[in-house]
Amino acid sequence: MSASSAFNDDKGGSSSVGEAEYAYDPVSGKIFSSDYNRHDDLKEMLDSNKDSLKLEAMKRIVAMIARGKNASDLFPAVVKNVACKNIEVKKLVYVYLVRYAEEQQDLALLSISTFQRGLKDPNQLIRASALRVLSSIRVTIIVPIMMLAIKEAASDMSPYVRKTAAHAIPKLYSLDPEQKDQLIEVIEKLLADKTTLVAGSVVMAFEEVCPERIDLIHKNYRKLCNLLIDVEEWGQVVIINMLTRYARTQFLNPNINESLLEEGSGGDKTFYGSDEDEDEDDDEKEKEKKAEAAAMAKRKPYVMDPDHRLLLRNTKPLLQSRNAAVVMAVAQLYFHLAPKAEVGVIAKALVRLLRSHSEVQFVVLQNVATMTIKRRGMFEPYLKSFYIRSTDPTQIKVLKLEVLTNLANETNISTILREFQTYIKSMDKDFVAATIQAIGRCATNIGEVRDTCLNGLVQLLSNRDELVVAESVVVIKKLLQMQPEKHSDIIKHMAKLTDNIQVPMARASILWLIGEYCEHVPKIAPDVLRKMAKSFTNEEDIVKLQIINLAAKLYLTNSKQTKLLTQYVLNLAKYDQNYDIRDRARFIRQLIVPTEKSGALSKYAKKLFLALKPAPVLESPFKDRDHFQLGSLSHLLNAKAGGYQELPDWPEAAPDPSVRNVEVPEWTKCSSREKRKEKKVEKPFYSDSEGESGPTESADSESDSATASDSRSGSEESGSGSESESEEDSESEEEEEEKKSKKKELKKPVQESESEQSSEEEDRKPEKKSKQQKSDSESESDEDEESESESSPSESEDSESEAEVKKKKKVAESKPPSKPVKKEKKEMSLLDLDDFEPAPSPQVTPVNTLLSNSLVTDLEGLSLSDSVLSPATIAPSSALKNYELLHRITGEGLTVEYCFSRQPFSPDANMVAVQLQFTNNSSSDTKSLHMEDVKLQSGMRVKEFPEIELLPAGETASAVMGIDFCDSTQAANFQLCTHTKKFFVSIQPPVGELMRTVFLTENEFKKEQGQLMGMNEITEKLTLDARCRNEHAIVQRVTAAANLSRVPCGSDKECRFAGRTVTSSSLVLVTVATREEGAAQLTVNCEKMVIGTMLVKDILLALTQ
Amino acid sequence: MCCLLIVIIIINEGINKGFIVAAEMINSLFLISHTGDIFLEKHWKSVISRSVCDYFFEAKEKAGDLENVPPILQTPHHYLISVYRGKLFFLSVVQTEVPPLFVVEFLHRVADTFQDYFGECSETVIKDNVVIVYELLEEMLDNGFPLATESNVLMEMIRPPTILRSVVNTLTGGSNVGEKLPTGQLSIIPWRRAGVKYTNNEAYFDVIEEIDAIVDKSGTTVFAEIQGVVEACVKLSGMPDLTLSFMNPRLLDDVSFHPCVRFKRWEADRVLSFIPPDGNFRLMSYHVSSQNLVAIPVYVKQNISFLETGSCGRLEITIGPKQTMGKTVEALMVTIHMPKSVLSVNLTATQGSYTYDLTTKALIWTIGKLNPQKLPNLRGSLSMQSGVPKPEENPSINLDLKIQQLAISGLKVSRLDMYGEKYKPFKGVKYLTKAGKFQVRT
Repeated sequence: MSASSAFNDDKGGSSSVGEAEYAYDPVSGKIFSSDYNRHDDLKEMLDSNKDSLKLEAMKRIVAMIARGKNASDLFPAVVKNVACKNIEVKKLVYVYLVRYAEEQQDLALLSISTFQRGLKDPNQLIRASALRVLSSIRVTIIVPIMMLAIKEAASDMSPYVRKTAAHAIPKLYSLDPEQKDQLIEVIEKLLADKTTLVAGSVVMAFEEVCPERIDLIHKNYRKLCNLLIDVEEWGQVVIINMLTRYARTQFLNPNINESLLEEGSGGDKTFYGSDEDEDEDDDEKEKEKKAEAAAMAKRKPYVMDPDHRLLLRNTKPLLQSRNAAVVMAVAQLYFHLAPKAEVGVIAKALVRLLRSHSEVQFVVLQNVATMTIKRRGMFEPYLKSFYIRSTDPTQIKVLKLEVLTNLANETNISTILREFQTYIKSMDKDFVAATIQAIGRCATNIGEVRDTCLNGLVQLLSNRDELVVAESVVVIKKLLQMQPEKHSDIIKHMAKLTDNIQVPMARASILWLIGEYCEHVPKIAPDVLRKMAKSFTNEEDIVKLQIINLAAKLYLTNSKQTKLLTQYVLNLAKYDQNYDIRDRARFIRQLIVPTEKSGALSKYAKKLFLALKPAPVLESPFKDRDHFQLGSLSHLLNAKAGGYQELPDWPEAAPDPSVRNVEVPEWTKCSSREKRKEKKVEKPFYSDSEGESGPTESADSESDSATASDSRSGSEESGSGSESESEEDSESEEEEEEKKSKKKELKKPVQESESEQSSEEEDRKPEKKSKQQKSDSESESDEDEESESESSPSESEDSESEAEVKKKKKVAESKPPSKPVKKEKKEMSLLDLDDFEPAPSPQVTPVNTLLSNSLVTDLEGLSLSDSVLSPATIAPSSALKNYELLHRITGEGLTVEYCFSRQPFSPDANMVAVQLQFTNNSSSDTKSLHMEDVKLQSGMRVKEFPEIELLPAGETASAVMGIDFCDSTQAANFQLCTHTKKFFVSIQPPVGELMRTVFLTENEFKKEQGQLMGMNEITEKLTLDARCRNEHAIVQRVTAAANLSRVPCGSDKECRFAGRTVTSSSLVLVTVATREEGAAQLTVNCEKMVIGTMLVKDILLALTQ
Repeated sequence: MCCLLIVIIIINEGINKGFIVAAEMINSLFLISHTGDIFLEKHWKSVISRSVCDYFFEAKEKAGDLENVPPILQTPHHYLISVYRGKLFFLSVVQTEVPPLFVVEFLHRVADTFQDYFGECSETVIKDNVVIVYELLEEMLDNGFPLATESNVLMEMIRPPTILRSVVNTLTGGSNVGEKLPTGQLSIIPWRRAGVKYTNNEAYFDVIEEIDAIVDKSGTTVFAEIQGVVEACVKLSGMPDLTLSFMNPRLLDDVSFHPCVRFKRWEADRVLSFIPPDGNFRLMSYHVSSQNLVAIPVYVKQNISFLETGSCGRLEITIGPKQTMGKTVEALMVTIHMPKSVLSVNLTATQGSYTYDLTTKALIWTIGKLNPQKLPNLRGSLSMQSGVPKPEENPSINLDLKIQQLAISGLKVSRLDMYGEKYKPFKGVKYLTKAGKFQVRT
């Protein structure tokens, strides 16, 4: 503190710390001798002819500036050197100029001509640096010069100069806001710039000068999305934040229709088609439909705007950025814009940031805390990452605690409470207090643990630390208010504490409790009052007030015993020093003690004092913070910071999406590159979703070939692309390209119809040319040439033959009988269809009667890649569910699917039988299929399937293997080997497959159930899905979710099921009791609690979906 | 619909006309020593008086512990965002809305740059190189918006000081500013300078993994995960295009990359394909999920007790190998933060030596190599302040250790390929496992 105050005195050259920079100066003595000419030596050095002297002088001057010393009197001497030849002197002079020009405006003008000359320099770096310094000089007179310079630089050839121009815009704007209109023109021009170097800076300028002119973004939206990944990291943050706001004004809320969340990764497919459509000549048609769709948005199922999807898709890879700010920006974008089912992807990245510096942790945890309130499920899998270490700083601890509390629910509360118990013993008392409050909040939110928590807190009352006790009392008070009848013993216990606890807040809380519930403790209450009356004069004010309260309440309920005591207390209070207390005493006396004069009020005294008080709601301080844009300063402070741009609400109806269409001529000019880019960005997306959306894709391509159509979906393209790429990694580029085209030709006849092939031939030539050009030109950023060369041919070909393809698509698509889509239906609805295509894999073909339902499950499975179980166990039909073990693309043509056949595995009864189905989709035979290198959790065993010696191309074979999962859902990992390749695969069983059916009679069932009570019983209330309210449907769904058999039952309101776990033969009993209106109760009895809990979840899902 | 849009715009404009916000992003930066001395200030816009720091000092006073100073403070006219690095506070002043992480991340980047330049980031070093520091700050931020933050680019513009150069400079009056104009800013790969030349072309990669774990009293693991980084030191001429592939990339649960890594290749093939920056850099960091069982290399047998009566306590700790994958555990160190009431300790160690810092109450036992035949043991008594009740909780034990030539997750680099250049580089990979936040609760 003292140091800082010393510094405030800028002119004080003799300030103690100031000596440092003069220390090496031989003539320092002179400097201090007279303040008047203290910088004479520096001036001399600056005036000399030697650069070295000038440099030395400038260095010392800069050091002065750095220390916050005033060096403004040197301005004339310094400014002369602005034209100095020596680069370093020049640089330091610039530093000085920028710092002092504002104070010495007239003199600063002397330097302007130098910069103006610099602006014309042939070297782009000199032009840029001249503009940079010129625009940093905050002198109002030169505004016109700056404006001119910026305008000129904005159309400079060098992107670096243009970038500098973008940087200069906000500087000029802050200097003279009058220039706004002209500056907007420049911004508009720069926004159209196609280089990544400029993009970030110009958006920053846009945000500062005219964030409200969202219309300027329309035409550049797609370009910005596509460039994003190559923009430098700081620019990315600004662009992402701006696009979040943009998307909020232009697109519809993806969660508008909660039940129809099914769009999602499955929907992407369509949109490649549509993405390209828009740039095609049937643009017009497209527009029409879009408008129509928007109009119908209310009635029709929600369809995500392709541009909205583009944004989500292109920002996703940035979650992998090393820059925490970028990750946070993407996270908030997903939180505010993505469909609920997709938001989950950000959790992992945010959790990763928790490893970073503590400041980063601090900010991230604040945002996570807000997110956990809205989307708890997202972070649940990462619960343990929020566990607290004794070495964390207190502020981090408290935030982690907040997150843990938000994450608490019925299933994890026991773990969390156990964790809290360790925290209570911490040496950091602030943290302990926060923990106690957290326990209180858990107890109010989760009814099941309220008693446990209460008991735990009561135990804390005997803690040695007074703060801990006090905090517990306060929290207990709040908890007791919820159900006081049950806890009179606790109240008694607390009454005893008044002798020991000295913390005023705690004493006051206890007294309030006793007063409030004096009827529950009729004997103790008067006694407490007696003691308090004795110590009244020594109490703190809040305690005194509560003593008066207690006295009043007792007087009203039990005046016989307490009349005198009350009088005494009131008398003491009458002469208290504090006027609040005197007031209170006077007021209460009038109210409760009947006198002749007492007014109408005293009749109601009882009502006034002993009214039922509502229990307090313990809420997170982070509730409702999400109306601030996450990741913003305003969110963090929970107050609007200056310049904060409100996050707009979603529009009711989508604004016209065609505004983002770019004029055709311009588009064609850049199309080849732009498109290629687009395609490239798509690619990772696909391969990323490969694992998740596997079934859909394979199914798709399957049906493609089946119908002999060729709707050449993007997935197929990228699939084959990556396949060949990995083979040819080491090839040089040209070679590769040649090969590729050969390959293409080889492949095409199989996959494609004649007409397309010819159009493709034509395309290739210009394509190649453009490639050559491209490799010549420098401006292309660091792209992965390989992937480009692959994707581009297909790209252009796709778009060329688009119309044709589309027709075919229509034919193919209209085939599935389940959806009543007519050929004549317009494009939009076709897209829909594609979106919601249920993608049955060939094996599951028993046509899904519950189509939309299966769809839900399929798509959920796709998007929630983290929860391995969900898609598996909610199979809608009783048909065996197939899982994918090896995708066609990763398997290089080999597809492996598996299902749990639910047959006893004959070689070993403790194993679960897994049926594998191998399909060879490649053109060559696969030999000696076998498994190797099995990695298992301890105790697990595997019986390998017999080696398949030969699997000819196009053939399918099946085999059975057995796995003893030891009654756990741990995955069995192994390698699947062919004669050439090895693939890592893993089989993870849904919990329902870990059991086998067993037949019980009703009586046996009841008997067994009687023995599996208490901890072994889990009961859950639920509302049955509308389609699942008859007995048949329930049985079907439960047996689909788990391998259980029906147990006969007299009542038609109950369905019972029984099974035994495969390894340990523990009984698993399931009861579904139905009530009116779809209400139902699910009971699972199982000795293995883990299995029980998981099974409950799965069956719940199956019955409610 | 168009009408609607226009209406919105008009309304927005109406709101915004009310006030014009002058500044954005980072306005000023103050470097403050841990004692509270403001030893450097830099303003990118109008000068903000250093008295604004008083709010910070107030908060610092209140927080007590330096690590507990809130990183973001609100003052009547400004917002202060600070980070604490190397006993220094980097305090930035912003005036308007800005993503806080943006500033925090940038300040850390500044500190990293100082580290790169001067080998450390401390008060003395910054004071000694104040001119270079100032030049760096000038380059890194333009009008409060980050400009050049890649140290490769910065090094091209402003040369880092070396002893030789500083001697030469003082003699000749030469400078540490690059003679040639930098091209890094302009190139399509902003993180690599052009025209790099080495006689020995070499590329080394260090796979460093840290085990974060919480082990409870009974020795069961409450929480464990592995955080890894791949640090690279690449000194290759020209524009090499490298591809690094792993034997078992599936282990990696979550990854983040240096900007040079091509996301798409990773997504598609699980290989790292990149044109490297010149010199040292962090190629990627990754996370091995807690689902995979994490091998805990050592076990700790401990017994710390404080006696209810009398003012003393006992301590006994033995450390033994658990899952070391056949490697030796080295640089073993135990840190215990004792409760305040522990006045002194009287212990004997069978191996290594211990120190007890009376002011911080930190007991540090440096063990060194772990010999499985003769387990290191530390035992003895603790003397407590008399008259003070015994501490509620036993202090938790923090472990440090190193295992050379092992990545505990089992991650293995399978190969490194180079394209784009003709020569044959030396390649090398090193593995190292360390304890990260490894805590044993007692």
